[in-house]
Amino acid sequence: MAERERSHTRPLGGVFVAHSQVLTATDVQRALTRMSHEVVERNGGADDVVLVGLQTGGVPLAMKMAETLRQIDGTQRLDVGSLDVAFYRDDIGLRPVLPEAVTDIPVDLAGRVVVLVDDVLFTGRTIRAALNALNDFGRARAVQLAVMVDRGHRELPIRPDYVGKNLPTRREEMVDVGEDGVWIGTLEDK
Amino acid sequence: MSGSRHLLSVSDLGTDGIAEVLRVAEAFAEVERRSVPKVPTLRGKVVATLFFEESTRTRLSFETAAKRLSADVLSLAVATSSVKKGESLRDTVETVEAMGIDAVIIRHSSAGAPHLVARWVERAHVVNAGDGWHEHPTQALLDCFTVRQVLAERKGVAPDELGIGCFEGLRVLIVGDVRHSRVARSEVLAYTALGAHVTLAAPGSLLPPSLEGWPVEVATDLDAALGDADVVSLLRLQAERGSGSFVPTLREYTARWGLTARRAARLGEDAIVTHPGPMVRGVEIASDVADLPRTVVTQQVANGVAVRMAILFLLLGGELPGTAEVPAVA
Repeated sequence: MAERERSHTRPLGGVFVAHSQVLTATDVQRALTRMSHEVVERNGGADDVVLVGLQTGGVPLAMKMAETLRQIDGTQRLDVGSLDVAFYRDDIGLRPVLPEAVTDIPVDLAGRVVVLVDDVLFTGRTIRAALNALNDFGRARAVQLAVMVDRGHRELPIRPDYVGKNLPTRREEMVDVGEDGVWIGTLEDK
Repeated sequence: MSGSRHLLSVSDLGTDGIAEVLRVAEAFAEVERRSVPKVPTLRGKVVATLFFEESTRTRLSFETAAKRLSADVLSLAVATSSVKKGESLRDTVETVEAMGIDAVIIRHSSAGAPHLVARWVERAHVVNAGDGWHEHPTQALLDCFTVRQVLAERKGVAPDELGIGCFEGLRVLIVGDVRHSRVARSEVLAYTALGAHVTLAAPGSLLPPSLEGWPVEVATDLDAALGDADVVSLLRLQAERGSGSFVPTLREYTARWGLTARRAARLGEDAIVTHPGPMVRGVEIASDVADLPRTVVTQQVANGVAVRMAILFLLLGGELPGTAEVPAVA
């Protein structure tokens, strides 16, 4: 398993060293398919659903999920957006917080069901920031949360609605969700 | 931001720092396009503007930027403050800092005033909003930001995709009162740091007494230089700094160094014209030229807010490489 640079460790750098694989790429796809079905089941279709991927890890997952949802629901129309929560974090000034990528919410969220999509749910602080950020784009009828991995260690009362895999971890470990599946490892200094 | 606590000069940033400011400013430009263009990022922080010299756009722009970041803004109107009773700059600054202000944005007619202030303050961040003839770093940054935006728009790509590569070899012509212009000094630093070639075009009397160490060329014939320029940065004749006595008459200055309609016709098809404002129509720029699509003055003003949001965010958000611990990633 090759070492990987983690973009979100910028500008300090650091290399993710993988120790073991948790899900293969196929497993991830299967989990996404199941989660998509759950979204349709829970919301009685995907008509009102807007998928919002969190930058950066959630965006490719949201894209794939949108594809699956379109197949399941037979609809072409499914809005997908992306959200960078850097400006809404509660640790500004405590650690480097930089916007990584674009925020693009293509529709007014008023009255819609927003499904936030992220790769890893950890402390819950990113989701807290995302909930705040969403407010600025309209009053959604409901906000739900889909994550590929729930690794525990929550610091806020936040729980996911759709989970790819529950994965008990140690705090200092890192979980990486990529094209080649889900890996658990550690972040090493460069 | 290269570990600097203050933004006093463009050279505090270095090439990477400038690239970072442009990148972060792009994210704030998106915030500005929202229906609610405000984020809670700097809630609880206090930003003070201390303007010892008049200004319209810079002050408004900084205050708008701070407010869009949810910081509290105090503005010291020097004309009605204790400065008029004879309070010194140092005492004024110490008073301001004693009130727990997080950032001081200062404009002063004396070069180096922000540097002095930066030495006096203990915890506040200092941003230079123009000091005498010396520097006006945020203006230069927003000029670069605007130029990149125009180039990206023409190519139909996002400005971020261009990175800073679009400045490599770009030919920038700075025209006019370079001697008295802090914008020119900051622009020279910014554009050359990004890899552009800078040429100055001005009458000898309006060039700095010495150009030693300036990485620039000097053009003595504006007409000849215009045809080669990708970006023309016009400067205002700074009457309040006595520029009037450096040229025989305004009419003669305009005839030789103004961007008249006839001269503007010599510009390359894609050339961009910038002006830091305030423009004096009929002197350094003809009114018709000021209204051409290639003249991006309004865009510059609009971008000023996003760029200043980026500066405040980077300084106050604690994004100083090397000072923070490795973050736990959520």
